[in-house]
Amino acid sequence: MKNAIISAEKLNLIFETADDDVVALKDVSLNIDEGEFVSFIGPSGCGKTTFLRAIASLEKPTSGKLTVNGSSPEDARKNRAYGYVFQAAGLYPWRNIYRNVSLPLEIMGYKKNEIPGIVEKVLKLVDLTGFEKKFPWQLSGGMQQRASIARALSFDANILLMDEPFGALDEIVRDHLNEQLLQLWKTTNKTICFVTHSIPEAVYLSTKIVVMSPRPGRIVDVIENTLPTDRPLEIRDSKEFISVSQRVREGLRSGHSYE
Amino acid sequence: MSENTFINYFKNSFLPILSIILIIFAVWYIFTVYLNSSIQIDSYERQKIDWDFSDLVRDTMSQKKPLLPAPHQIVSEMWKTIFMIKITSKKSLIFHSYITLSSTLLGFTIGTILGIILAVSIVENKAMDASLMPWIIASQTIPILAIAPMIIIILNAFGLSGLLPKALISTYLSFFPIAVGMVKGLRSPELSYLDLMHTYNSSRLNIFWKLRLPSSVPYLFASMKVAIAISLVGAIVGELPTGAVAGLGARLLTGSYFGLTIQIWSALVMAAILAGTLIFILNFISRITLKRMGVQE
Repeated sequence: MKNAIISAEKLNLIFETADDDVVALKDVSLNIDEGEFVSFIGPSGCGKTTFLRAIASLEKPTSGKLTVNGSSPEDARKNRAYGYVFQAAGLYPWRNIYRNVSLPLEIMGYKKNEIPGIVEKVLKLVDLTGFEKKFPWQLSGGMQQRASIARALSFDANILLMDEPFGALDEIVRDHLNEQLLQLWKTTNKTICFVTHSIPEAVYLSTKIVVMSPRPGRIVDVIENTLPTDRPLEIRDSKEFISVSQRVREGLRSGHSYE
Repeated sequence: MSENTFINYFKNSFLPILSIILIIFAVWYIFTVYLNSSIQIDSYERQKIDWDFSDLVRDTMSQKKPLLPAPHQIVSEMWKTIFMIKITSKKSLIFHSYITLSSTLLGFTIGTILGIILAVSIVENKAMDASLMPWIIASQTIPILAIAPMIIIILNAFGLSGLLPKALISTYLSFFPIAVGMVKGLRSPELSYLDLMHTYNSSRLNIFWKLRLPSSVPYLFASMKVAIAISLVGAIVGELPTGAVAGLGARLLTGSYFGLTIQIWSALVMAAILAGTLIFILNFISRITLKRMGVQE
């Protein structure tokens, strides 16, 4: 194993509810190397979001071992090791785009004179230069999500955790953002964990695809993506793309019981 | 405002309001004649005057101490006591309004600050949450009319008299909606907003200043509108048991001693105008603030 930046070993996470315990994660073992783009795909309830939240130390595993950046998830969170992009853009409506992006910087105690330069840089990365003064509701859904990515990038954590960031967007906007995200990943060299429902999205973006299955939430297949790193949108019509997609689909089907 | 929007405003806001006012006035006049007629007829019969219906209508609307004064009697009394008398005079309605307004505003300000402090301690401290809320609710179940004289007397024993005791009765009423509204407001941020703060390993202080407080602002303004109206009620009620010589409450009191119904009604209308104006001003401040906070129009 080379530089595993995130490593899970026999991870279990059980939610205790009033009538029944829900096994959100069962014996999940996975290594994610530095600089990888890993997609988590699976039906609702398969634990993909829970796994991401466990990495982010927003949920506490019941048992097993999980390390992020070589330390516990909680320490990693305290060291601000990751940026998190939620399913809903979650921009604070009373802050304009500039002040939304500067929010983490203010909290992390960046110097006042450093902030404008950083905000300008990350807004340029997501192609939102010129929208600093706009309030979130004045932006389209896709632009809001880009602003939320800029916010997650602003403090330059080396891991980016993304929970279905484009799930609520239409397909045209989604394609465009996928292209941009791939570009961003290449230029920033970050490790990205990306939760999605969409097979094409997972295959198009990732270096590694983790197929998960519900009840209990577990990993059924880990696919190393063989597509070249240079990926125009048209690659989705290639034979290789289709064969990787097929393997993902088979994984999903094998883990899914239709009772 | 373009001509079109003006016409729309007229159609959508002004006309409905105007027609309601006209209906109220019409009903009011009918009741004026109806309620005051028995006394008027008595007086005709004692003086052995011949009368017809038009006499009755005219005379029921111009009694000195009517059961129900006609609107124009109230308006003319208000005109007299607002514009025809020096505002430093004890007969000026402006003078009395000012007295009541100052204790309303003082009480409202203290009540708002107290309400916010209580709400913050309830939201930030679990023990406070469990122990404080029942008392806050219990405080409002006591009729203010019963407790107001006690407050005034006790504070008087501490050497406090004049504006502050009256204002504290306003505070007693107004801190409640502020506290309840602010607790709701401070707890209003969605889970994902809070999760975001946790991913930044944000301190509680930062979560409070950068998330909870801004989220609570719309709730604060809504509560303030309720609070300022009941602050005014509190100030007037506070003037009643003290035998106050000044203030709208005092006008109500002297009015009821001497059966000066027109004076009572003028003071009531004045109180309504004050409340309306205060809420209008608050609405204005609230709209500007929320607009600056990027709330969608």
